[in-house]
Amino acid sequence: MGSRLRILLELGQPHLIARRYFVTNGFDGALTMLGLTMGFYSTGAVPVPVIISACLGAAIALTASGLSSAYISEAAERRKELMELEQALIHKLDESAHAHAARLLPWLIAAVNGLSPLLIALLIISPLWLSQAGLRLPLGPLESSIVLAFACLFLLGVFLGRISGQFWLWAGVRTLLVALVTAGIIYWISG
Amino acid sequence: MAIATRLLLDVLKPHHPDALTFASAVADGCGDCQVTITVVERDEKTETTLLAVKGQALDLDAISATVRELGGSVHSVDEVEVHAGTPPAAGGE
Repeated sequence: MGSRLRILLELGQPHLIARRYFVTNGFDGALTMLGLTMGFYSTGAVPVPVIISACLGAAIALTASGLSSAYISEAAERRKELMELEQALIHKLDESAHAHAARLLPWLIAAVNGLSPLLIALLIISPLWLSQAGLRLPLGPLESSIVLAFACLFLLGVFLGRISGQFWLWAGVRTLLVALVTAGIIYWISG
Repeated sequence: MAIATRLLLDVLKPHHPDALTFASAVADGCGDCQVTITVVERDEKTETTLLAVKGQALDLDAISATVRELGGSVHSVDEVEVHAGTPPAAGGE
C-alpha cells in the first residue's frame, strides 16, 4: 500500500499541485470575504444574519467553482497526458498506476481547490456566528471578521514565503499589502 | 519441473515511476528477489531498460503483471537461468 501511494505521488505530484491550489483558491476565498465584509462595514447598519447569509453564499459559490473547475481542468489534462503516454509506449495503460492516477488525482485536487476557500471563508465569518450565538468579542463582529481576513491573507503569504525560501515576514507583508489596497479601494468606492 | 532463478527482460517504461521506484515495486511484487534495472535508452517520454530479476523461483507472469501495472511492457525475455527440480531451499544458491 505504501509503495502504491509512493508511485501515485511520484506520477501525479498531487501534493505540489494541491498546495498551489490551496494557496490560490484560499487567497480567493479570503479576499472575497474581505471584500464582502468591507462592503458591509462601509455601508453600515446591515443586520449580521444578512451578512452571514451573503458571505456563506459567496463561500459556497467559491467552493462549487473550485471543485468543478479544478476537476474539469485536471481530468482533461490527465487524460491528455495518459493518451500521449499510451501513444509513446504503443500500448494501453488502462490497468496501470498511471490510469489510476489519472482517475483519482483530479478528485483529490478538486477537493483541495474547493475546500480551501470554504474553510478560510468559514474561519473569517466565524466572529459573525459567535456574536449571533451571544459571545462577547473584543471588537465588533464585522471588525473581527475583517481583522481575521487580514490575518488569513498575511498567513497565506507567510506560507508561500516559507515554500519559496523567501523571508517569511516580507512575503506576509506583501499579501497583506494586497489586502490593504483591496480594502482601501472598496472603502473608497462604497464609503 | 524447471524453476527460473534469473530473468533478464527488455522493458519499455515511462520516465515515471523512476528506476528506483520501479525496481522497488517489482521487488515487492516477487517476494524474496533481487532486482536490477539498467536504462539502455531514453526518449522523450519513455525509457528502454533491462530488468534483471534474481530469486528462488521466479514467476514471469507475475513480474510481467507488475511491469504492466507500472505502465511498462515486457518486449522480450533476453536471458533466463533455470534449475531443474524443486525450488532451492531458502538461503541456498
